[in-house]
Amino acid sequence: MSNDVKISIEDLTKVFYKKNNSVTAFKNVSLEVKEGEFVCLVGPSGCGKTTLLRILAGLEHPSSGQFTIAADSDFRPLQSMVFQEKGVIPWLTVEENVAFGLNMRHLPKEFIRKQTDIYLKKVGLRNFSKLYPNELSGGMKQRISIARAFANDPEILLMDEPFAALDEQNKFILQEELLSIWSETKKTVLFITHSIDEALLLSDRIVLMSAHPGKIVNEIKVPIPRPRTMEQVRANAEMAEQFIAIWNHLQQEVQRSRG
Amino acid sequence: MRDEKGNGLFDPYETEQQEWKKQQVKERSKQLLTIISPILILLIWEICSRTGILDIRFFPPPSAIVSTFFELATNGLLWTHVSVSLYRIAAGFLLGVIPGVVIGLLMGLYAPIRHFISPIVMALMPIPTLALLPIIIIFFGIGDFSKIVTIAGSVFFPVVINTVAGVLSIEKVHLDVAKNYGASPKDFFFKIAFPGALPVMLEGIQMGQAIALLTIVAAEMMGATSGIGYLIWTSYKAFMLKEMFVGLILISFFGFLFSLLLRGLQKKIVPWR
Repeated sequence: MSNDVKISIEDLTKVFYKKNNSVTAFKNVSLEVKEGEFVCLVGPSGCGKTTLLRILAGLEHPSSGQFTIAADSDFRPLQSMVFQEKGVIPWLTVEENVAFGLNMRHLPKEFIRKQTDIYLKKVGLRNFSKLYPNELSGGMKQRISIARAFANDPEILLMDEPFAALDEQNKFILQEELLSIWSETKKTVLFITHSIDEALLLSDRIVLMSAHPGKIVNEIKVPIPRPRTMEQVRANAEMAEQFIAIWNHLQQEVQRSRG
Repeated sequence: MRDEKGNGLFDPYETEQQEWKKQQVKERSKQLLTIISPILILLIWEICSRTGILDIRFFPPPSAIVSTFFELATNGLLWTHVSVSLYRIAAGFLLGVIPGVVIGLLMGLYAPIRHFISPIVMALMPIPTLALLPIIIIFFGIGDFSKIVTIAGSVFFPVVINTVAGVLSIEKVHLDVAKNYGASPKDFFFKIAFPGALPVMLEGIQMGQAIALLTIVAAEMMGATSGIGYLIWTSYKAFMLKEMFVGLILISFFGFLFSLLLRGLQKKIVPWR
């Protein structure tokens, strides 16, 4: 891992305004993510983590502050996002979905075909390439989403709780698959989750947020060597402590928002 | 003690097989019912008019209508009426559907266009196109084109409204995906808006097809010298009710045929459903 800063967020604030009534999604958020780093944003619902990600994804504008994503190559798009469960496009086949970003950039046909094939193979969907997503399970659909983002070969990847809707077994399988693809490409990833287990398994660093208004309250390094498995994470005593610390924080946040 | 499969009488596989067979019989009887109902109606009609329960002058028996159909078919007159009507329907249908789809997509995609055009659409929609026929004839004459315009006018509205609804029914996350992956306005139009709106749009086209048939008959009754509607109207005025029924049944037949064709087309062009 190099020490170059890949994503730099400075004093970002987002306010939603509606009829004399404004809600601050998050306030003065600053964060740096290094090249090749896998960072998980963990926080209670309402801490604005999804909004933060959507701003980085170019889907919303910040109210104040700025962010930069360092570009190594003019050829690559700055970012690609893996959406929550419904992100695959139902009227495109598996193959067309994976090729979507490349097609939108109107790259040479032959290149698109090769690149798509590589990632279809990586996520084990090669035999399903001509099917429509509705014929596939939830886990397979998320594999399409992941393949689409990696195939687009962006500077950074943004992931918005991609496994939240999956059952426990599928979730473990996909988390490990994600790690294996990620370790081959060493992309910079900003990943949102509310699952502490998921964050401990996947990330180099966990950024903890609190709600109303959302802000960053703590950062936790995850020093477990890679490649990791869920068993290792569970067996690690230090991580068990961390788990409880994060758990307590989230509990307090939830209690606070109720009271 | 029972063996693995249970003993004969309570064999679960056999029970399920029986159940499956029962289901199959049920399915087949449903199909049979669909075929039987029109035949039954025709049969009752035939019996009623032959026994004098129905006045044979107003309700000639189906068998007589069929023989009249063959008479008309062999002297060639029927085909000119049918082909003229089909040409008007096809041309009017296309002239209504294509602008309906294009304007509907633009309205669905771009809010300013939607807000600008929708009051015009809403104000014009309740006016029956047939009521505009006099004005249409003033503009386009009494030839084929005025009928084509009348049909186009009636087909346009359900298509445009359903196309807008179709675009608006596209899930927001798919629009986000397109935006995030850098879709150009052109790709957005053809790869997202059009296919995304297609299922609802096709329902509008299906509706437009039915309206086209309703419209053609009425338009040909009012100001035409050929076509199925003309055949129905002149036969009625000359009290040739067998000929009139031939016209009515032809309309029913084509309506049925077009519905089937469109439904088949729907399966072809919306394979992801």
